[in-house]
Amino acid sequence: MADYLFLIPLLPLIGFLINGLLIGRLPKPVISLVGCLSVGGALLLALLAFFELKGLPVEARVMQQVLFAWIPSGSFHVDIAFLLDPLSAVMILVVTGVGFLIHVYSVGYMHHDEGYGRYFAYLNLFTFSMLMLVLANNFLLMFVGWEGVGLCSYLLIGFWFEKKSASDAGKKAFIVNRIGDFGFLLGMFIIFWQVGSLDFATVMEKAPTAFSFGGGLITAACLLLFVGAIGKSAQIPLFVWLPDAMEGPTPVSALIHAATMVTAGVYMVVRSNVLYMMAPDALLVVAIIGAATALFAATIGLVQNDIKRVLAYSTVSQLGYMFLACGVAAFSAGIFHLMTHAFFKALLFLGAGSVIHAMSGEQDIRKMGGLRKYIRITYLTFLLATLAIAGIPGMSGFFSKDEILWQAFSSGHGSPIFWAIGLVTALLTTFYMFRLVYLTFHGTERMDTETKHHLHESPRSMTVPLMILGVLSVVGGWVGLPAVFGATNYFEHWLDPVTAKGSELVSESVHASGGGNAGLEMTLMFVTVLLVIGAWMLARYMYVRHTETATRVREKAGGLYTVLLNKYYIDEIYGFLIVRPFVGLSTFFWKIIDVLVIDGFVNGLARLGALSSDLLRFVQTGRVRSYATLFAAGVVLVIGFLILR
Amino acid sequence: MTDYVSTLSIDIGLIGPELALLIAAAVILLLIFTRKADRFATAIGLIGLVVSMVLTVRQWDVKVGGFSGMVTVDQFAVLFKLLFAVASGLTLLLAERYFHAKHIARPEFTALLLVSTMGMMVMAGTTDLIVIFLGLEIMSVPLYVMAGFNRRSLESNESGIKYFIMGAFATGFLLMGIALIYGASETTDLRRIVTDFSYIATNAKLFLFTGAALMMVGFGFKVGAVPFHSWIPDVYQGAPTPVTAFFSVAPKAAGFAALLRIFAYGLKDLGALSDVWWILAVLTMTVGNILALRQENVKRMLAYSSIAHAGYMLVALAVGGADAASAVIFYLIGYTLFNLGGFTVVALLETRAGSRADFSEMAGLSKAHPYLTATLALFMFSLSGFPPTVGFFGKFYLFSAAVKGGFIWLTVIGVMNSFVSVYYYLRVVKVSYFDQIEGRFVPAPLSAGVLFVLIVTAVGTLGFGLFPDNVLEIARRAIQAFA
Repeated sequence: MADYLFLIPLLPLIGFLINGLLIGRLPKPVISLVGCLSVGGALLLALLAFFELKGLPVEARVMQQVLFAWIPSGSFHVDIAFLLDPLSAVMILVVTGVGFLIHVYSVGYMHHDEGYGRYFAYLNLFTFSMLMLVLANNFLLMFVGWEGVGLCSYLLIGFWFEKKSASDAGKKAFIVNRIGDFGFLLGMFIIFWQVGSLDFATVMEKAPTAFSFGGGLITAACLLLFVGAIGKSAQIPLFVWLPDAMEGPTPVSALIHAATMVTAGVYMVVRSNVLYMMAPDALLVVAIIGAATALFAATIGLVQNDIKRVLAYSTVSQLGYMFLACGVAAFSAGIFHLMTHAFFKALLFLGAGSVIHAMSGEQDIRKMGGLRKYIRITYLTFLLATLAIAGIPGMSGFFSKDEILWQAFSSGHGSPIFWAIGLVTALLTTFYMFRLVYLTFHGTERMDTETKHHLHESPRSMTVPLMILGVLSVVGGWVGLPAVFGATNYFEHWLDPVTAKGSELVSESVHASGGGNAGLEMTLMFVTVLLVIGAWMLARYMYVRHTETATRVREKAGGLYTVLLNKYYIDEIYGFLIVRPFVGLSTFFWKIIDVLVIDGFVNGLARLGALSSDLLRFVQTGRVRSYATLFAAGVVLVIGFLILR
Repeated sequence: MTDYVSTLSIDIGLIGPELALLIAAAVILLLIFTRKADRFATAIGLIGLVVSMVLTVRQWDVKVGGFSGMVTVDQFAVLFKLLFAVASGLTLLLAERYFHAKHIARPEFTALLLVSTMGMMVMAGTTDLIVIFLGLEIMSVPLYVMAGFNRRSLESNESGIKYFIMGAFATGFLLMGIALIYGASETTDLRRIVTDFSYIATNAKLFLFTGAALMMVGFGFKVGAVPFHSWIPDVYQGAPTPVTAFFSVAPKAAGFAALLRIFAYGLKDLGALSDVWWILAVLTMTVGNILALRQENVKRMLAYSSIAHAGYMLVALAVGGADAASAVIFYLIGYTLFNLGGFTVVALLETRAGSRADFSEMAGLSKAHPYLTATLALFMFSLSGFPPTVGFFGKFYLFSAAVKGGFIWLTVIGVMNSFVSVYYYLRVVKVSYFDQIEGRFVPAPLSAGVLFVLIVTAVGTLGFGLFPDNVLEIARRAIQAFA
């Protein structure tokens, strides 16, 4: 069994090789076919693997495939090997499923672009790297995928590299991520140092004995790994790259910067849940950073005017939600939200792409309005996704968000404060999402006549993925119905084999608290829903009914509004505190240390070499007699040395 | 594996590989009066070499002596004979194209090459000093002629004469050394010297030391150790390039075969030699590298580079022991491949009219010959010791044996020398990829033979670099013959 696992990442890799090596030589239909089919094939195999895994008894739901020893170096041994367990099964389904839809969508969206072949090559390379990341059976191979997706992210953000803002955004994403990767590497070093292996199974098996519970080393290792997650998943303080990443093509934003890559940090934390359970302090940090990011980004999202930037801040905020779940040891809730978020956020981005497509490239929502009449399918699917992210009962987002809120409140690692922050974030989310919907699709038509003339619904290749994702945004949550409804939470039990070991460590248990308070859980849920609907109505009041209120509020809160609009001036602060001193230091190293000291030394050495070369050349006269003299001198020296020593 | 069985018997099968080459050479010389003899000479030569290789490989698992102890067949001998045959065959394929382009193709060349190769095989396949000397002379005399093979070229003539004079000079020292050893031990058979070593060392110390010193000088000349190296640049530059390619690998390997046989086996307990080898190694690699820095001619640069490589390999003799000896055999195998490969590219470029193989002529090469340039770059990276080429692992095994033996400073000097060498090797890469030329680069047409040589050497350079373990294992087995 499982001997086809390697094909899942291999297919997109082949797609990448075909599209990448034959760049500029293939006609567009072939490129699309190769690009989509390779990911489609991977999706089919992922489904096959999923059902095979599901057919196994719960305890036996692990498949490993070792391809070959990658680094067999003494005690350091790393394999190229894949691990399929309930967690990675969910991930590969999300990656290939959403990935496939976005590939199809891209066929329509990128149709007129000159870099069509390059685009699909990158996209396939990304899918390959992401699958390596989630299928790896050890930290190092995961890191390979981790770096691979980072590279693809860089390439795709800067896809339109002739635009300076795009290439700058690419660089920013890459550099900020390097900070996180550095942490990831250090964390990995600590793990290898203490456990002697990087293999997930071995590390999770030996960690409880290799580390002391709550000790400094395990806390350091977890925090360092989390630094990696902060970079990749755009949390405070490294979130600054994600909003700028919207310079890339919109399907890329949907795939990489919403549905898959940015969730890699969450995946990694859940994958290492045993380690985190052993370091309660680290877990608390995860929860605090997650909650803070969720709230912080949501407040910025309130006032942004670029359709993609609103969604970008929303993504940062929702990722914070997932980390909040992880931080309160509700790992399955985190992954559940990761999955539903992948559906509705991908849909939101693709919908935004469809809007931008219709608006001839316009992204400013102040210049839109009333679009629902022109692009019906986009509007309806966008609305579905908005209902989902807002957490309207019955929609996917409701179940996952509610799960997180309840766990934040009730878990052994939770606290009412986390719940309160989560709730406020949920209300802010509802508000800014409906603000976006109303400003874009409702109200007065504010575009110029030229744009209005061109308004059209997108082609079938774009709307079909929208509709499929629309369905998923609704039903995607039904696999995780809350136990309090008397239903079975399939999703939580599905991940049990992965999280069980970690929860055994803390036996005073997180689980026990949940069941007894069914009444409380229902009450909190009810309150949340009521408030969310209230936030929705407020948005409706301000942006549909009495549009002048919005202006009034803006004027009243002048200072705060400006701060929010400028994203708390974080970029400027980083520029002042970090970038500027760094540039100064670099200039010093460049002009003084490098040019004068190092180059001087190196060039001096080279000059010395050249000089001695020129001197020695005098020995090489070209005359045999001088050669023989040298030879004879050598003989005398050798014999003399041997005899006289 | 059977042990050495020293018998009086005359067993023709033992010298099959040598005989095959001799017969092939004789056939060529007999048919020399026919028309187009130079065409089939190459073919006959190749057939002879292949037969010789097959016969050699079949001797891998035996360890016997014959001809009154004059001939020894063991894995050490077999490995070196194969190396000589491969180098010889590749040279032949390379030479055909070159000699035709220069209009100096003559069938005698093949015969000379075969006889010389036979001499090397004799050198590797014996434990008797006199037979080693005999092999050395059979090897050397054809080499003198080959160096001056381009009769119309003054430089080629000069090369032949210089090589001959210096060679004769060095031979005298070597023979004197053997005589002194005989005086000390009353034998020329290394096996008996090993058994009686403590007796000889106490009773005839002066003879032993002087004899050993003179043999060091004699073989030091062959492998190009400083200060016995001065013939190399002139001879290498003047000789036709395929001959230079052959010089830089085969006689050098033969010299090391004899050095290993004598100093890592026969006189391995003469500890005092280590210091002399230390000095010679450092001098050789340093002088070779420094002089290579400022060369403007690629052939001359490669000549100095071959001196530097001899210096690295001499480290093994200073260190001693099985690890170092197997490392140097590994090094020689790799070096034979990538050095021949490098010379092949140079020879190919030289077939263009008016070329002298100067650095400046390589500008624009990558545009005209992208694949050839990539191969050339591979050889240069291997020469300078970058992973994952075989050149890296050669240095790695050699220097790690040195570190294990406690030769830290020697290793440091060796590694620093490698750094220096990067400059002139990568200069080739830099000029051929980045320098611009006026007008168009005149391309050099490939022949099937040259293509074959390039493929074999490039695949070996990269393949043995990716999977070095098997080659090292073979080198280890060869060294076990000394145990």
